[in-house]
Amino acid sequence: MSRSPGRKQENHKISRELFVLTYGALVAQLCKDYEKDEDVNACLDRMGYSIGIRLIDDFLARSAVKKCRSYSETANMIAQVAFKMYLGVTPSVSCNSATGNEFSLILDKNPLVDFVEELPAERASLCYCNLLCGVIRGALEMVHLAAEVTFLQDRLKGDAVTEIGITFLRKPEDRKHRR
Amino acid sequence: MADEALFLLLHSEMVAGLYRAAEQGEGENGRCTTKLESMGFRVGQGLIERFTKDTARFKDELDIMKFICKDFWTTVFKKQIDNLRTNHQGIYVLQDNKFRLLTQMSAGKQYLEHAPKYLAFTCGLIRGGLSNLGIKSIVTAEVSSMPACKFQVMIQKL
Repeated sequence: MSRSPGRKQENHKISRELFVLTYGALVAQLCKDYEKDEDVNACLDRMGYSIGIRLIDDFLARSAVKKCRSYSETANMIAQVAFKMYLGVTPSVSCNSATGNEFSLILDKNPLVDFVEELPAERASLCYCNLLCGVIRGALEMVHLAAEVTFLQDRLKGDAVTEIGITFLRKPEDRKHRR
Repeated sequence: MADEALFLLLHSEMVAGLYRAAEQGEGENGRCTTKLESMGFRVGQGLIERFTKDTARFKDELDIMKFICKDFWTTVFKKQIDNLRTNHQGIYVLQDNKFRLLTQMSAGKQYLEHAPKYLAFTCGLIRGGLSNLGIKSIVTAEVSSMPACKFQVMIQKL
Protein backbone atom coordinates (compact mmCIF):
# COMPACT_ATOMS: atom_id res chain seq x y z
CA MET A 1 0.00 0.00 0.00
CA SER A 2 1.62 3.27 -1.03
CA ARG A 3 1.50 6.06 1.50
CA SER A 4 2.20 9.72 0.99
CA PRO A 5 4.79 11.18 3.38
CA GLY A 6 2.17 13.35 5.00
CA ARG A 7 0.33 10.27 6.12
CA LYS A 8 2.85 9.41 8.85
CA GLN A 9 2.38 12.76 10.53
CA GLU A 10 -1.34 12.32 10.28
CA ASN A 11 -1.12 8.92 11.91
CA HIS A 12 0.84 10.38 14.83
CA LYS A 13 -1.76 13.07 15.16
CA ILE A 14 -4.54 10.51 15.16
CA SER A 15 -2.80 8.47 17.85
CA ARG A 16 -2.71 11.53 20.00
CA GLU A 17 -6.32 12.30 19.17
CA LEU A 18 -7.22 8.80 20.31
CA PHE A 19 -5.82 9.64 23.73
CA VAL A 20 -7.51 13.04 23.83
CA LEU A 21 -10.88 11.63 22.76
CA THR A 22 -10.62 8.76 25.25
CA TYR A 23 -9.82 11.22 28.00
CA GLY A 24 -12.84 13.28 27.04
CA ALA A 25 -15.09 10.24 27.10
CA LEU A 26 -13.70 9.35 30.53
CA VAL A 27 -14.40 12.80 31.97
CA ALA A 28 -17.91 12.74 30.49
CA GLN A 29 -18.58 9.35 32.08
CA LEU A 30 -17.25 10.51 35.46
CA CYS A 31 -19.48 13.56 35.27
CA LYS A 32 -22.44 11.25 34.78
CA ASP A 33 -21.39 9.04 37.69
CA TYR A 34 -20.58 11.73 40.23
CA GLU A 35 -22.71 14.76 40.96
CA LYS A 36 -20.14 16.92 42.72
CA ASP A 37 -17.24 18.49 40.86
CA GLU A 38 -14.90 17.78 43.77
CA ASP A 39 -15.57 14.06 43.44
CA VAL A 40 -14.79 14.10 39.75
CA ASN A 41 -11.63 16.11 40.36
CA ALA A 42 -10.53 13.71 43.11
CA CYS A 43 -11.22 10.71 40.91
CA LEU A 44 -9.22 12.17 38.03
CA ASP A 45 -6.36 12.97 40.38
CA ARG A 46 -6.36 9.42 41.75
CA MET A 47 -6.37 7.93 38.28
CA GLY A 48 -3.60 10.28 37.25
CA TYR A 49 -1.56 9.19 40.23
CA SER A 50 -1.86 5.52 39.27
CA ILE A 51 -0.88 6.37 35.72
CA GLY A 52 2.03 8.54 36.87
CA ILE A 53 3.64 5.86 39.00
CA ARG A 54 3.82 3.66 35.89
CA LEU A 55 4.52 6.34 33.35
CA ILE A 56 7.76 7.32 35.07
CA ASP A 57 9.26 3.93 34.15
CA ASP A 58 8.35 4.43 30.53
CA PHE A 59 9.72 7.98 30.62
CA LEU A 60 13.04 7.00 32.15
CA ALA A 61 13.42 4.12 29.73
CA ARG A 62 12.77 6.31 26.70
CA SER A 63 14.66 9.37 27.69
CA ALA A 64 17.63 7.90 29.63
CA VAL A 65 18.13 11.19 31.46
CA LYS A 66 20.57 11.56 34.26
CA LYS A 67 19.56 12.28 37.82
CA CYS A 68 18.34 15.82 38.38
CA ARG A 69 20.39 17.76 40.87
CA SER A 70 17.95 20.43 41.84
CA TYR A 71 14.26 21.18 41.92
CA SER A 72 14.53 23.63 39.05
CA GLU A 73 16.29 21.03 36.93
CA THR A 74 13.45 18.63 37.71
CA ALA A 75 10.83 21.18 36.75
CA ASN A 76 12.66 21.89 33.50
CA MET A 77 12.92 18.18 32.79
CA ILE A 78 9.17 17.76 33.22
CA ALA A 79 8.40 20.70 30.97
CA GLN A 80 10.95 20.28 28.23
CA VAL A 81 11.33 16.53 28.00
CA ALA A 82 8.31 14.80 29.46
CA PHE A 83 5.59 17.10 28.18
CA LYS A 84 7.24 17.23 24.78
CA MET A 85 7.49 13.47 24.64
CA TYR A 86 3.95 12.65 25.66
CA LEU A 87 1.84 15.60 24.70
CA GLY A 88 3.94 17.32 22.08
CA VAL A 89 3.93 20.70 23.81
CA THR A 90 6.59 22.48 25.83
CA PRO A 91 5.28 24.57 28.69
CA SER A 92 7.42 27.38 30.01
CA VAL A 93 8.75 27.10 33.53
CA SER A 94 8.87 29.86 36.07
CA CYS A 95 10.00 29.80 39.68
CA ASN A 96 7.47 31.23 42.06
CA SER A 97 9.19 31.40 45.37
CA ALA A 98 12.45 32.58 46.84
CA THR A 99 13.05 29.25 48.52
CA GLY A 100 13.22 27.62 45.11
CA ASN A 101 10.69 24.87 45.63
CA GLU A 102 7.62 26.30 43.94
CA PHE A 103 7.40 26.26 40.19
CA SER A 104 4.78 26.93 37.55
CA LEU A 105 4.39 25.29 34.20
CA ILE A 106 2.57 27.63 31.87
CA LEU A 107 0.83 25.98 28.95
CA ASP A 108 -0.50 28.19 26.25
CA LYS A 109 -1.54 25.22 24.18
CA ASN A 110 -3.10 22.28 25.99
CA PRO A 111 -3.73 19.31 23.70
CA LEU A 112 -6.10 17.66 26.17
CA VAL A 113 -8.69 20.34 25.58
CA ASP A 114 -8.45 20.34 21.79
CA PHE A 115 -12.04 19.29 21.40
CA VAL A 116 -13.47 21.09 24.42
CA GLU A 117 -15.08 24.46 23.81
CA GLU A 118 -16.20 25.31 27.28
CA LEU A 119 -17.24 23.72 30.53
CA PRO A 120 -20.98 23.27 31.00
CA ALA A 121 -22.58 25.78 33.33
CA GLU A 122 -23.35 23.28 36.06
CA ARG A 123 -19.73 22.07 36.12
CA ALA A 124 -18.04 25.38 36.73
CA SER A 125 -15.44 24.12 39.17
CA LEU A 126 -14.45 21.02 37.24
CA CYS A 127 -10.70 20.74 36.70
CA TYR A 128 -10.86 19.10 33.30
CA CYS A 129 -7.15 18.26 33.14
CA ASN A 130 -6.78 17.16 36.72
CA LEU A 131 -5.36 13.88 35.46
CA LEU A 132 -2.17 15.77 34.59
CA CYS A 133 -1.72 16.85 38.20
CA GLY A 134 -2.03 13.29 39.41
CA VAL A 135 0.39 12.03 36.77
CA ILE A 136 3.07 14.55 37.73
CA ARG A 137 2.57 13.88 41.42
CA GLY A 138 2.75 10.10 40.98
CA ALA A 139 5.78 10.24 38.74
CA LEU A 140 7.68 12.52 41.13
CA GLU A 141 6.84 10.30 44.07
CA MET A 142 8.41 7.33 42.33
CA VAL A 143 11.69 9.22 42.12
CA HIS A 144 11.42 10.08 45.78
CA LEU A 145 10.28 13.66 45.41
CA ALA A 146 7.14 14.55 47.29
CA ALA A 147 5.21 17.35 45.66
CA GLU A 148 1.86 19.01 45.58
CA VAL A 149 0.56 19.69 42.11
CA THR A 150 -2.49 21.81 41.39
CA PHE A 151 -3.97 23.98 38.70
CA LEU A 152 -3.38 27.64 39.40
CA GLN A 153 -5.04 28.97 36.28
CA ASP A 154 -7.24 27.23 33.75
CA ARG A 155 -8.11 28.51 30.31
CA LEU A 156 -11.38 26.61 30.38
CA LYS A 157 -12.44 28.67 33.36
CA GLY A 158 -11.70 31.95 31.68
CA ASP A 159 -8.08 32.58 32.64
CA ALA A 160 -5.60 33.67 30.01
CA VAL A 161 -3.38 30.61 30.22
CA THR A 162 -3.32 27.22 31.85
CA GLU A 163 -0.89 27.13 34.75
CA ILE A 164 0.13 24.09 36.74
CA GLY A 165 1.81 24.76 40.07
CA ILE A 166 4.31 22.27 41.46
CA THR A 167 5.37 22.68 45.08
CA PHE A 168 8.17 20.41 46.17
CA LEU A 169 7.79 19.40 49.78
CA ARG A 170 11.00 19.03 51.65
CA LYS A 171 11.69 15.55 52.93
CA PRO A 172 12.30 15.17 56.68
CA GLU A 173 16.01 14.45 56.14
CA ASP A 174 17.86 17.15 54.27
CA ARG A 175 18.72 16.56 50.65
CA LYS A 176 22.40 15.77 50.38
CA HIS A 177 24.74 17.36 47.83
CA ARG A 178 22.93 20.72 47.88
CA ARG A 179 25.35 23.40 46.83
CA MET B 1 5.69 6.37 19.79
CA ALA B 2 5.26 7.62 23.30
CA ASP B 3 1.54 8.27 22.84
CA GLU B 4 0.94 4.54 22.85
CA ALA B 5 2.14 4.20 26.42
CA LEU B 6 -0.16 7.00 27.53
CA PHE B 7 -3.21 5.46 25.90
CA LEU B 8 -2.43 1.96 27.21
CA LEU B 9 -2.01 3.27 30.75
CA LEU B 10 -5.11 5.41 30.54
CA HIS B 11 -7.14 2.50 29.25
CA SER B 12 -6.06 0.07 31.97
CA GLU B 13 -6.61 2.74 34.61
CA MET B 14 -10.09 3.43 33.24
CA VAL B 15 -11.03 -0.23 33.45
CA ALA B 16 -9.56 -0.60 36.93
CA GLY B 17 -11.12 2.64 38.17
CA LEU B 18 -14.59 1.83 36.89
CA TYR B 19 -14.61 -1.65 38.38
CA ARG B 20 -13.22 -0.39 41.68
CA ALA B 21 -15.94 2.24 41.88
CA ALA B 22 -18.57 -0.38 41.08
CA GLU B 23 -17.33 -2.64 43.86
CA GLN B 24 -17.32 0.10 46.44
CA GLY B 25 -20.55 1.66 45.27
CA GLU B 26 -23.72 0.06 44.17
CA GLY B 27 -22.25 -3.24 42.98
CA GLU B 28 -23.70 -3.03 39.49
CA ASN B 29 -21.00 -4.96 37.73
CA GLY B 30 -22.79 -5.44 34.46
CA ARG B 31 -23.00 -1.69 33.98
CA CYS B 32 -19.21 -1.32 33.84
CA THR B 33 -18.90 -3.18 30.57
CA THR B 34 -21.72 -1.09 29.12
CA LYS B 35 -20.07 2.12 30.27
CA LEU B 36 -16.75 1.13 28.75
CA GLU B 37 -18.42 0.11 25.52
CA SER B 38 -20.33 3.36 25.23
CA MET B 39 -17.14 5.34 25.88
CA GLY B 40 -15.47 3.39 23.11
CA PHE B 41 -18.44 4.08 20.87
CA ARG B 42 -18.13 7.83 21.32
CA VAL B 43 -14.38 7.74 20.75
CA GLY B 44 -14.78 5.53 17.68
CA GLN B 45 -17.25 7.93 16.13
CA GLY B 46 -14.94 10.89 16.63
CA LEU B 47 -11.85 9.06 15.52
CA ILE B 48 -13.28 7.71 12.29
CA GLU B 49 -14.42 11.22 11.33
CA ARG B 50 -10.90 12.56 11.73
CA PHE B 51 -9.44 9.60 9.97
CA THR B 52 -11.56 9.40 6.85
CA LYS B 53 -11.60 13.11 6.12
CA ASP B 54 -9.53 12.76 2.99
CA THR B 55 -10.01 9.17 1.95
CA ALA B 56 -12.05 8.09 -1.04
CA ARG B 57 -15.60 6.84 -0.68
CA PHE B 58 -15.87 3.16 0.23
CA LYS B 59 -17.23 0.83 -2.43
CA ASP B 60 -19.12 -1.57 -0.17
CA GLU B 61 -19.30 -3.13 3.27
CA LEU B 62 -16.34 -5.41 2.70
CA ASP B 63 -14.26 -2.42 1.70
CA ILE B 64 -15.15 -0.72 4.96
CA MET B 65 -14.24 -3.82 6.98
CA LYS B 66 -10.91 -4.05 5.19
CA PHE B 67 -10.27 -0.41 6.02
CA ILE B 68 -10.97 -1.09 9.67
CA CYS B 69 -8.65 -4.09 9.62
CA LYS B 70 -5.78 -2.35 7.91
CA ASP B 71 -5.63 1.43 8.27
CA PHE B 72 -7.76 1.93 11.34
CA TRP B 73 -6.20 -0.89 13.33
CA THR B 74 -2.69 0.16 12.30
CA THR B 75 -3.21 3.70 13.46
CA VAL B 76 -4.81 2.76 16.74
CA PHE B 77 -2.89 -0.41 17.64
CA LYS B 78 0.21 -0.12 15.45
CA LYS B 79 -0.46 -3.37 13.64
CA GLN B 80 -3.01 -4.84 11.24
CA ILE B 81 -5.66 -7.38 11.98
CA ASP B 82 -4.17 -10.78 11.30
CA ASN B 83 -7.19 -12.49 9.88
CA LEU B 84 -10.56 -11.36 8.55
CA ARG B 85 -13.28 -13.91 7.89
CA THR B 86 -16.79 -13.39 6.67
CA ASN B 87 -19.79 -15.39 5.66
CA HIS B 88 -20.76 -12.69 3.16
CA GLN B 89 -24.06 -12.36 4.93
CA GLY B 90 -23.20 -9.66 7.41
CA ILE B 91 -21.00 -11.47 9.92
CA TYR B 92 -17.30 -10.65 10.11
CA VAL B 93 -14.70 -12.07 12.45
CA LEU B 94 -11.56 -10.02 13.02
CA GLN B 95 -8.73 -11.96 14.55
CA ASP B 96 -5.80 -10.28 16.22
CA ASN B 97 -3.08 -12.67 17.37
CA LYS B 98 -1.26 -10.17 19.51
CA PHE B 99 -3.76 -7.64 20.78
CA ARG B 100 -1.95 -4.58 22.14
CA LEU B 101 -4.14 -4.14 25.15
CA LEU B 102 -3.61 -7.73 26.27
CA THR B 103 0.08 -8.36 25.56
CA GLN B 104 1.15 -6.86 28.87
CA MET B 105 -1.21 -9.02 30.83
CA SER B 106 -0.35 -12.58 30.07
CA ALA B 107 0.61 -15.04 27.35
CA GLY B 108 -1.69 -17.96 27.76
CA LYS B 109 -4.56 -18.76 30.01
CA GLN B 110 -3.64 -16.73 33.07
CA TYR B 111 -6.09 -13.90 33.90
CA LEU B 112 -8.38 -15.13 31.13
CA GLU B 113 -11.46 -14.24 33.16
CA HIS B 114 -10.38 -10.59 33.31
CA ALA B 115 -9.73 -10.26 29.60
CA PRO B 116 -13.30 -9.31 28.55
CA LYS B 117 -13.11 -6.14 30.66
CA TYR B 118 -10.20 -4.94 28.55
CA LEU B 119 -11.97 -5.67 25.29
CA ALA B 120 -15.18 -3.77 25.94
CA PHE B 121 -13.71 -0.39 25.01
CA THR B 122 -12.35 -1.73 21.73
CA CYS B 123 -15.70 -3.32 20.85
CA GLY B 124 -17.26 0.09 21.30
CA LEU B 125 -14.50 1.65 19.23
CA ILE B 126 -15.28 -0.62 16.29
CA ARG B 127 -19.02 -0.15 16.67
CA GLY B 128 -18.65 3.63 16.83
CA GLY B 129 -16.38 3.72 13.81
CA LEU B 130 -18.79 1.63 11.76
CA SER B 131 -21.76 3.65 12.93
CA ASN B 132 -20.31 6.87 11.57
CA LEU B 133 -19.60 5.13 8.29
CA GLY B 134 -23.27 4.29 8.06
CA ILE B 135 -23.23 0.73 9.33
CA LYS B 136 -25.22 -0.35 12.32
CA SER B 137 -23.68 -3.33 14.04
CA ILE B 138 -23.22 -5.37 17.16
CA VAL B 139 -19.64 -6.11 18.16
CA THR B 140 -18.61 -8.78 20.61
CA ALA B 141 -15.24 -10.16 21.52
CA GLU B 142 -13.88 -13.45 22.73
CA VAL B 143 -10.53 -14.58 24.02
CA SER B 144 -9.44 -18.18 24.23
CA SER B 145 -5.75 -17.69 24.79
CA MET B 146 -4.09 -14.37 25.50
CA PRO B 147 -3.01 -12.24 23.75
CA ALA B 148 -4.96 -13.47 20.74
CA CYS B 149 -8.57 -12.38 20.50
CA LYS B 150 -11.43 -12.31 18.04
CA PHE B 151 -13.91 -9.53 17.43
CA GLN B 152 -17.19 -10.56 15.90
CA VAL B 153 -19.11 -7.91 13.99
CA MET B 154 -22.76 -8.56 13.14
CA ILE B 155 -24.14 -6.06 10.68
CA GLN B 156 -27.72 -5.07 11.36
CA LYS B 157 -29.69 -4.63 8.22
CA LEU B 158 -32.18 -1.82 8.75
